[in-house]
Amino acid sequence: MRKQVEQIPAATVLFAGDSGDGSQTIGTQMTETSAMIGNDVATLPDYPAEIKAPAGSLAGVSGFQLHFSSETIHTPGDTCDVLVAMNPAALKVNLSKLKDNGILIVNADNFAQKNLRLAGYADNPLEDGSLEKYQVFPVELTKLNRDALEDTELDLSDKDQCKNFFALGMILWLYNRPMDYTIRWIKTKFALKYPHLIEPNILALRAGNIYCEATDQFATTYEVKPAKFSPGTYRNIAGNTSTVLGLVAAAHQSGLQLVYGSYPITPASDILHGLALYKNFGIVTMQMEDEIAAVGVAIGAAFSGSLGVTGSSGPGLALKSEAINLAMIAELPLVVCNIQRAGPSTGMPTKTEQADLLQMLYGRNGESPLPILAAARPTDCFDTVYEACRIAIKYRTPVIFLSELYIALGAEPWKIPDVADLPKIETEFHTQVDGFEPYLRDPDTLARPWAKPGTPGLEHRIGGLEKSDITGNVSYDPENHEKMVEIRAEKVKKIANEIPPTDIYGAQEGELLILGWGGTFGAIRTVVENRFADGQAIGHVHLRFLNPFPSDLGDVLNRYKTILIPELNTGHLRQLIRSEYLIDAVGLNKIQGQPFHVFELETEIDNYIRN
Amino acid sequence: MKSKRASGIPRGVPTLTQKDFTTDQDPRWCPGCGDYSILAQTRRIMPELGIPRENIVFISGIGCSSRFPYYMNTYGFHTIHGRAPTIASGVKMANPDLSVWVITGDGDALSIGGNHFIHLMRRNFDINVLLFNNRIYGLTKGQYSPTSEQGKSTKSSPFGSLETPFNPISLALSAGATFVSRSLDTDTQHLRSIIKAAFEHKGTSFIEIYQNCNIFNDGTFFPYTKKETKADNTVFLEHGEPLVFGLESDKGIELNNFQPEVTTVSNGTENLIVHDQFAENTTLANFLARMSDMPDMPHPIGIFRSVQHTCYEDLMTDQIAAAKQQRGEGDLDALLHAGDTWIVE
Repeated sequence: MRKQVEQIPAATVLFAGDSGDGSQTIGTQMTETSAMIGNDVATLPDYPAEIKAPAGSLAGVSGFQLHFSSETIHTPGDTCDVLVAMNPAALKVNLSKLKDNGILIVNADNFAQKNLRLAGYADNPLEDGSLEKYQVFPVELTKLNRDALEDTELDLSDKDQCKNFFALGMILWLYNRPMDYTIRWIKTKFALKYPHLIEPNILALRAGNIYCEATDQFATTYEVKPAKFSPGTYRNIAGNTSTVLGLVAAAHQSGLQLVYGSYPITPASDILHGLALYKNFGIVTMQMEDEIAAVGVAIGAAFSGSLGVTGSSGPGLALKSEAINLAMIAELPLVVCNIQRAGPSTGMPTKTEQADLLQMLYGRNGESPLPILAAARPTDCFDTVYEACRIAIKYRTPVIFLSELYIALGAEPWKIPDVADLPKIETEFHTQVDGFEPYLRDPDTLARPWAKPGTPGLEHRIGGLEKSDITGNVSYDPENHEKMVEIRAEKVKKIANEIPPTDIYGAQEGELLILGWGGTFGAIRTVVENRFADGQAIGHVHLRFLNPFPSDLGDVLNRYKTILIPELNTGHLRQLIRSEYLIDAVGLNKIQGQPFHVFELETEIDNYIRN
Repeated sequence: MKSKRASGIPRGVPTLTQKDFTTDQDPRWCPGCGDYSILAQTRRIMPELGIPRENIVFISGIGCSSRFPYYMNTYGFHTIHGRAPTIASGVKMANPDLSVWVITGDGDALSIGGNHFIHLMRRNFDINVLLFNNRIYGLTKGQYSPTSEQGKSTKSSPFGSLETPFNPISLALSAGATFVSRSLDTDTQHLRSIIKAAFEHKGTSFIEIYQNCNIFNDGTFFPYTKKETKADNTVFLEHGEPLVFGLESDKGIELNNFQPEVTTVSNGTENLIVHDQFAENTTLANFLARMSDMPDMPHPIGIFRSVQHTCYEDLMTDQIAAAKQQRGEGDLDALLHAGDTWIVE
């Protein structure tokens, strides 16, 4: 029977199963293929902190959501068109995300008594009619996969490890996408360590594909055409990879050696892993004994004239705060990456949140102003961390770079920049002996000289004690202390000169401005695009610089009746805006470890704006 | 000028004097503090090391001793409590040609910085560590430290400290340090020779210096430093020599059932322990280190261990060179375009 092909503008697929089922792998592969055939893509991996929680349990469910589209998109989608549930627990955790009449593919072999009980189902949902409003496709996936691999040498457990590719083969068929990219990936991925798994995984992939073709289960397949992109070369990239490349690029363009000190922590470890690969760029990565040592080596390297960078997540930042303050008063360039996760304390390490902003702004003793930049989306991590490096070097100050789990792990297509177009990073080491003073400043930036050890005639001492203006000698003079506090604050304020005029999307004035920062970008932009197209007087401003604020921000805010600030915290930016501009900004706050859904923002907007 | 240093530190630099290493900042230590002597010996020995001032960096943590960098006319960084080893590691990694010195105390290195201390020892950067041990917290005015004796009565332990003290030499050895030594603030000649030996050792060099805090812990090391008692309470380690001590050099140390025992030299020296500072195996060094925990044994002074292992910074440099050789010098444009890409016309 010839299947019917339906053109649709976009689709969202959610792969879910036990944490060892390989949902992240096939999700990533579906993303790669979709990106390669020209769709815009956005992803949301959602996995447990445990490496392998008890099999079949709700706690062990790992999911990967992918939104692919023929139009520009900004989010991984609120709800799904297709849910692939490898067991009852995956079904239970994710069913609420499936659209009415959505396609539900389940591995029927896993819906036996034990797994049902583990997931807390009294009755089998495949039999009790509770799934009536969905198109349910129970597939004996385990059995079919084992059959397909019957002739291979693998034992049963190894065969079952391949069944995620059977599932992927089905989804590729459903959306009329080629298997080539996945096959190429399997060949490369397993070539070195597990060459015996190449053929079985490819077999499983093809078997899933053929199964759909051969059976009459699916009457319709779907096609999502390529999206329109501006001309250029593209690749698919996750936020943490984008951060890694931004750091490598900044080191390369500044001519400095990158020294990255880190201690493993979710979700920042990928940055350490990534940079460790690029030794041929002269990059030094040091996995230290703790978070403090990690920032310590970066500070030492900065003193010695390298680009010192450290990276962690909230709990690690708490440990680093004293050392960051040292770099602040010593006025050394340093980039501190905080890939935020849900707190407080250990919190929910694999869930997203934006609740470290005030920690980054205020979480140090004494008057300790530091610039803070936040990335808005996976691809923006590159530009933002690059800018953080540029500011740190130019102003001789630690700079906080904020990312968050949602964009760190999420991926989207990236238009690869031309190296020649990257902003210049000028590095000037002080060598002039005459008139040298460690704290004699550049009048424009207030940066002090970067006089690195090894430079003859510039021997000097710095440290954490308050220093005398200009000479840098230890000083307890009352007026001097106040002056130094003011100078350090003034230096950070001057960074506002680096910020371009605020870019407002949508209405340039009117009823409602949605002000955001960080990973809320996608959801906000989606809503504002829709509502602005409908003629509503609604605008969107997304801040990269959270300290200092852009010079024109106050004027921009005054052009709207209402300022709405959605944040994945209890209102950090809102507090800052209210105190800085005395504007009665309102908040939309979600603290569930999950990003905003578009519909949540839409509902809220309706409270402030009339059609 | 004899120097084991590798590249980067030019020979034949102009002759410097102690004065060239003195800053215009007046030391702020209590009159009579042992720190003055350590500072003086360091300033005196520096010109003999044959390296230009600009290639020397002193890095300290927090505490009385940690003011030290302000008084050395070299590069210096007075950092935060316990963390000097981490910052020194970064300085050395970023520029392996620098001569890096960590100045620390018993609280700084062994309490708040204990973790960094052991990891610095095992990584074996070519860094010299001078630990001023006075068995007390001086700057915070007299609390017991991790090297204070059990039962010690201080402001924070009015009824006696409950804690077993660290033996810094044992700790450094256990952490894998390649150069481990002990000297005395008052024995100026010995101190200078040890500082020089530490400098000449390529790898992390650790010196524990018995230092008197005449305000909060006066006399804690007098049995080992005062002329009248020193000879009977210390044994100076010399490589290849038997362990002999005493005012008349009449006492020796032999091994009896895995325990050190004091014997008289007149009984013959053939059974005395002979020091081997170059032994890769740390059994002897550990044994010697533990003698200072035994009430009836003299404290060994000198070099416990001195072995050659490749330094962290050299391994890193080699790894980077190998990667460049294998993959070619990093090409940013190629890196950005790595993996699957597609072109939109």
